[in-house]
Amino acid sequence: MLRYILRRLLQAIPVFFGTTFLLYFMVFSMPGDPILAMFGDRTPNEALYNQLVAQYNLDQPFVVQYLLYMKDLFTGNLGVTFSGRSVNEVFADAFPVTLMLVTMAVIFEFILAAGLGLISGLRAGKFSDQLNLVVALVLNSIPAFVAMFFAQYFIALGLGWAPVTVGANATWSTMWLPALTIALTLYVVGMRLMRGSVIEARSADYVRTAYAKGLTSKRVVPVHVARNSLIPVVTNTAASFGALIAGTTVTEGIFNIPGIGKVLYDAIIGGEGPTIVSFVTILTIMYIIVNILVDLLYAVLDPRIRYV
Amino acid sequence: MKINKKILGGVAALSAASLVLAGCSSEEEPESTASGSDTPAESSSDAIILANGSEPQNPLVPGNTNETGGGKIIDSIFAGLVYYDGEGAAHNEIAADIVVEDPQNLTVTLQDGWAFTDGEAITANSFVDAWNYTANLDNAFYNSYFFEDIEGFSWDEPVEAMSGLTVVDDLTFTIALNKPAADFAQRLGYSAFYPLPTAFYDDPEAFGENPIGNGPYMLAGEGAWQHDVQIELVTNPDYAGPRAPQNGGLTFTFYATQDAAYADLLANNVDVIDGIPDSALAVYQDELGDRAVNQAAAIFQSFTIPERLEHFSGEEGQLRRQALSLSINRQEITDVIFEGTRTPASDFTSPVVDGWSDSLEGADVLGYDPERAAELWAEADAINPWTGTFQLAYNADGGHQAWVDATVNSIRNTLSIEAEGYPYATFAELREDVSTDVIESAFRTGWQADYPGLYNFLGPLYATNAGSNDGDYSSADFDALLEEGISNGDAAARNELLQEAQEVLLQDLPAIPLWYSNVNGGFSENVSNVVFDWHSVPLYYEITKN
Amino acid sequence: MSDKNPHYVAPHEELDEVQIDQVKLSDRKSTLWLDAWRDLRRRPLFYVALAIVILITLMALFPTWFTDVMPRDAELAKSNMPPEPGHPLGFTRQGEDIWSRIVYGASTSLSVGLITVAITAVLGIPMGAIAGFFGGWVDSLLSRIGDIFFSLPYFLAAVVVMTVLSDYRNVWVISLAIGGFAWATLARIVRAEVLQVKQQEYVQASTSLGRSRMSTLINHVLPNSITPAIAYLTLALGAAIVAEATLSFLGIGLPNTIMSWGNDISQASITVRTAPMPLIYPSLALIITVLAFTILGELVRDALDPKARARR
Repeated sequence: MLRYILRRLLQAIPVFFGTTFLLYFMVFSMPGDPILAMFGDRTPNEALYNQLVAQYNLDQPFVVQYLLYMKDLFTGNLGVTFSGRSVNEVFADAFPVTLMLVTMAVIFEFILAAGLGLISGLRAGKFSDQLNLVVALVLNSIPAFVAMFFAQYFIALGLGWAPVTVGANATWSTMWLPALTIALTLYVVGMRLMRGSVIEARSADYVRTAYAKGLTSKRVVPVHVARNSLIPVVTNTAASFGALIAGTTVTEGIFNIPGIGKVLYDAIIGGEGPTIVSFVTILTIMYIIVNILVDLLYAVLDPRIRYV
Repeated sequence: MKINKKILGGVAALSAASLVLAGCSSEEEPESTASGSDTPAESSSDAIILANGSEPQNPLVPGNTNETGGGKIIDSIFAGLVYYDGEGAAHNEIAADIVVEDPQNLTVTLQDGWAFTDGEAITANSFVDAWNYTANLDNAFYNSYFFEDIEGFSWDEPVEAMSGLTVVDDLTFTIALNKPAADFAQRLGYSAFYPLPTAFYDDPEAFGENPIGNGPYMLAGEGAWQHDVQIELVTNPDYAGPRAPQNGGLTFTFYATQDAAYADLLANNVDVIDGIPDSALAVYQDELGDRAVNQAAAIFQSFTIPERLEHFSGEEGQLRRQALSLSINRQEITDVIFEGTRTPASDFTSPVVDGWSDSLEGADVLGYDPERAAELWAEADAINPWTGTFQLAYNADGGHQAWVDATVNSIRNTLSIEAEGYPYATFAELREDVSTDVIESAFRTGWQADYPGLYNFLGPLYATNAGSNDGDYSSADFDALLEEGISNGDAAARNELLQEAQEVLLQDLPAIPLWYSNVNGGFSENVSNVVFDWHSVPLYYEITKN
Repeated sequence: MSDKNPHYVAPHEELDEVQIDQVKLSDRKSTLWLDAWRDLRRRPLFYVALAIVILITLMALFPTWFTDVMPRDAELAKSNMPPEPGHPLGFTRQGEDIWSRIVYGASTSLSVGLITVAITAVLGIPMGAIAGFFGGWVDSLLSRIGDIFFSLPYFLAAVVVMTVLSDYRNVWVISLAIGGFAWATLARIVRAEVLQVKQQEYVQASTSLGRSRMSTLINHVLPNSITPAIAYLTLALGAAIVAEATLSFLGIGLPNTIMSWGNDISQASITVRTAPMPLIYPSLALIITVLAFTILGELVRDALDPKARARR
């Protein structure tokens, strides 16, 4: 087990380099001139423009920019944003907030996916299964920007059940509404995966054996059916965890949550190479760790999977 | 120019580096904003006003702040030689007197007794040193261009001290310009001209985080600026100038979207906001009643067709530009798409500046006249038949799609040609193609004034080789009238000449004027005396809490 | 002795087995597909879903059968107006006919959905299956490549693809931008399932019987681990159509001259508070399409799966 974890961590090194390189390349090939954009409709004087371009190393060729960046990275310096703040600091401010939001969203998503998926799987083909599917698909077909907007207007502003915006008070209790809304627009995939595995598990030999032994479904369903069906759901939930960390821009915008989504979005739009790469690099590392944890979880959920 | 980064506009239309200029002035309908001035001030003078803002793009240094997020903080914590009132008129703040000797020379005397919040007295050097630092190419400050008219300024080499600035004594200095700029005194209220204490030069970085100012407000101590969240300001007890705060302080909450700010306003969680999201434009005046603000602003919107495009040069180009202008139903678009929050343009400036006119000769080219448009287009076709599609480029991160689509539809319907919007994903991308002259279509342009004067809408945009002359327009007639105008010391005569210059523009249409943006905002039930100034920002110091 | 030998068991002809073993040539053949078809024929929902899918496909192929109005005819004076004769669903904010835009948008939205799903499947299923089945360094390599794609922000990737190829903004490019980075999720799902299936006795039996590893994977492991993948893909179809809306919303979607439900949804979302209908109609079109495809996919999958059929 320990050897397995070590091996995975070693493999993380090329992933790390691959991701940063690919990222830097993508950012580099993004069209648009970030310096010009800082001046709005006013075109800056050429001398001033060149000065700023040099200040951000934007005049260097791609490989040089990348190496300069990596050099800084290994000294623990993630660089500074165009606004002059250290990326380390920006990240340290924004990350805990996003982590809280996404963790909550993913927990909601998992509960909805596993719970409703189990019901659907046990009642496959019945009315409740079909209703489940229709409701989930309708929710899934609503673009995030529309869903967030409705949640804010009707639940927060209309009913007053949640704060309208989050702002400086980013806590578990102020962010449940955006988290739940994210979960509602997402859970359908996990639910269908759960349903599929439950259907399969119900006809698996070990479940028949369990019934044959005289166990009641009260015991068989949670222990044998549900547990063994969770693998695809866990994979999917872990996937959405990663995707959400970088993808809560719309949610953070509407609920004014000072997290990573907004900072990353601004950096992408503004063409701030080092900021984008630094953020995504840290996210990649976290991602790798989450993936290792998920793979270990497989072994817990399915005793037949063993790691050496 | 303050760039308003209307982030995530629309129903979260993800937009960051957009240039949706939100602006305002109180020249029209001031009664719509000022309400309840009879509120007793004593009872609530220490209350904190909650306002919307956005994370400053740069450290809080006046010479390096060129967007509204940082701008409204800078304007609250600093005081300059002059300040602009709600109407855009300049009044002395620190200056005792500004004497314009001739269009190229000014003498400034300061009032005695002004100091920064760290106790340092404000002298002529507080200004001259700050200006020299901002103008120095080595420091690459965004606002350095404000000093390019001062004698000794250079874009070619770093200049430590501009020869045009001379300190006469502690409270007097003179300004010599390298070319006539009769409106220079009017420009001095812009934040680039604010003074800096010596503490700034010791550690500019630390200063930018915890600026030491001299304005009506100051930061509420270390860490008052919570990045990406909010900044807290309290009144400066030593401030004795004309902008005396009627409240106890300001907290600017940084919103990522106007939608979020508006939702908070409806819930009375924020007291005053200076932008309304597109999704609420149709309803905000009903929802807020007399707490809604919709007034003209110093913002001009247009689109530009570069001279070098096929079919758009020479006489053919002039005819086509006029035909396009006449085929746009500006009134209908401002009514339907903008819900009356834009005003169709009648010149190249803004109704909030002195000298604006709706009766320039040739301004009828800005009306909607489908027959005339078709005629002119046919005349142009006679010179060289039209081919291809008319495209209008815009940046998709700024909420421009709706009006662009409506505009090209209006052109399609009138001229029976294929016309479409061409979205660029980011503002950065659009600006790159525009400034490198590779763009192969018409593109949207806009301008928010740095200071309330006609010249600012014309000189930087249409003078031959001017910095922001995106369409590479060049007209000897226009240049001559512009030069004559800006050299004239008499304001009325100056404006008349600048209006004549615009009549040349109305013939050539280097940019096709569309409309003036209004400032759209609102305030909560908890505050009164909310007045928006000429450049789209509420006069925060006047607001009182009920 | 030969004739007279007594029968210790009943004569063959008298045994029940005869009846059981008998092949009645008159009976219809029982194959996987036939069984599935017989099963589907009995399900009314199948016909409903099939009818919708056919209808939408026809719309996509022959829009003029459904409307005479051109989708780009705009009259601003009719902005957000209610239905009138000839315009059954009313008008958009720009004064275009909503029904006509839905009809003409079908082709784009359907293509984006199907092409994206195809790209995702072609990349994701083999990557996940090979990684999970062969394990070892192959797994490590493929999984780590997946990790790289996984950790790239989707929005950044889409911006880059759509802007670098901005002169070719069409359904193929937008599908590539969506599917080209979504396959990693599918690969992980397939890999997880394969990891589980390969432990099953029938897989081990197949290898011990001497089948090649590749053949075992294709013939035994893959068919038995495909269920979650199909579930994922049917949903990905809808997600792709929604993603196209989001990209349009961000200004990196299809140009306005190409009609698509996504474009219309993102445009109409701005006025949702005052004029919800221009948002609701294209959304309904999208939801109905997604529902029809998903239900069809589910029914076909259930019908093809003998285990699921047995339970009904």
